[in-house]
Amino acid sequence: MALSPEESGRLADLLKEHADGLVGRWAELVGVTLQGRMTRPELERQTRELQRGFQQAFAAGARDLADEEAAELRAQLGELSATRARQGFSANETAVSVFAFKQVLLGILGDAADVQTLRDYVAFTAFVDQAALLTFDTFVRVREALIADQAEQLLELSTPVVKLWEGVVAVPLVGTLDSARAQVVMERLLQTLVDTGSPYAIIDITGVPAVDTQVAQHILKTVVAARLMGADCVISGIRPQIAQTIVALGIEFGDIATKASLADALRYVLGKNSYKVVVAKRTER
Amino acid sequence: MKEEPRRIPVATDQDVVRVRQLVRTVAVEAKLSLVDQTKLVTAASELARNTLVYGGGGIVEVYGVRNDFRAGIRIVFADEGPGIADLELALTDGYTTGGGLGLGLSGARRLVDEFTIETAVGQGTTITVTKWCR
Repeated sequence: MALSPEESGRLADLLKEHADGLVGRWAELVGVTLQGRMTRPELERQTRELQRGFQQAFAAGARDLADEEAAELRAQLGELSATRARQGFSANETAVSVFAFKQVLLGILGDAADVQTLRDYVAFTAFVDQAALLTFDTFVRVREALIADQAEQLLELSTPVVKLWEGVVAVPLVGTLDSARAQVVMERLLQTLVDTGSPYAIIDITGVPAVDTQVAQHILKTVVAARLMGADCVISGIRPQIAQTIVALGIEFGDIATKASLADALRYVLGKNSYKVVVAKRTER
Repeated sequence: MKEEPRRIPVATDQDVVRVRQLVRTVAVEAKLSLVDQTKLVTAASELARNTLVYGGGGIVEVYGVRNDFRAGIRIVFADEGPGIADLELALTDGYTTGGGLGLGLSGARRLVDEFTIETAVGQGTTITVTKWCR
């Protein structure tokens, strides 16, 4: 429901006339919801800007939030909810900042019980609802962007390639190995093999809860790629239940060396490198 | 005795992960051994992915079941995809139309105690698997 030009004009006057009391009351209401997580001056500054935004939009003759005249206000609302979303406020707490405006205005209208005031108020609430929906929309969009960023960071975080020994690198896999992660793991491993000139790589799957055919295929492809680069791969961390499942599934690892633990794998690789692990003798005095 | 099923619609890769987590939770509640838990979770992972990749998405239902002797878990994977034309071929080790290892369907059958499959070309596929506590 769009406002009539007269309505937006009257609203602009009303907001201008009561500006100070309105901002104070509004900041107070919002402050109750946010429970001291924002300072009062900060809150007042924000609400004053919003009040000014609404007033200017109405004064310019905005009849709908989608109007050209309300562009400034839309940008303001978007900015506000984006900030709130990043600061960790909930969607509810963000929308309340706008919804509280309705209550504040009702207080200003006072007891005047004429039809025109009622019409103005209803038209105004419809406008505020649109504004709140816009903040909600922006809020969700910002949050989704944050989650996407975090997912990407997690992908990077959870796939380290570590150097275990001179010429031996290891990839400890933890969690679900989907195609995206398998791709990251393969790229990281192959790059590290080049960078360090390591002839051996250990892929440790202790942290992978279930090894199904897709996971196995990803690991096998990684091993084949490493081999093409002249590196030998060992798969470690094969627990009893995983071993039995792999057998039942019928997955064959062929001539790829597999070990129960990372320690076994390291000892095996060191042995191939002609290292020998011995207990140091105590020197007698 | 049949309990209320827990159902998960499968439409994305993320849903396959959710199926896996649900099956693991139910398997732990039913006190399956660690080996059986892992086998059932792996079978569920394979079949849920088949539902997604070949069936174009569908529904997975997980029940706790009980017969005269023991308790178990039953999982139903239903899709309304193209169905399987040659079931015998599809259940052959190493046969795949999707570029995988070709062990998912046949391997899943070996991982569970009971395995039934209903399919017809153009009418979708429903696979029911059961794992009993030992």
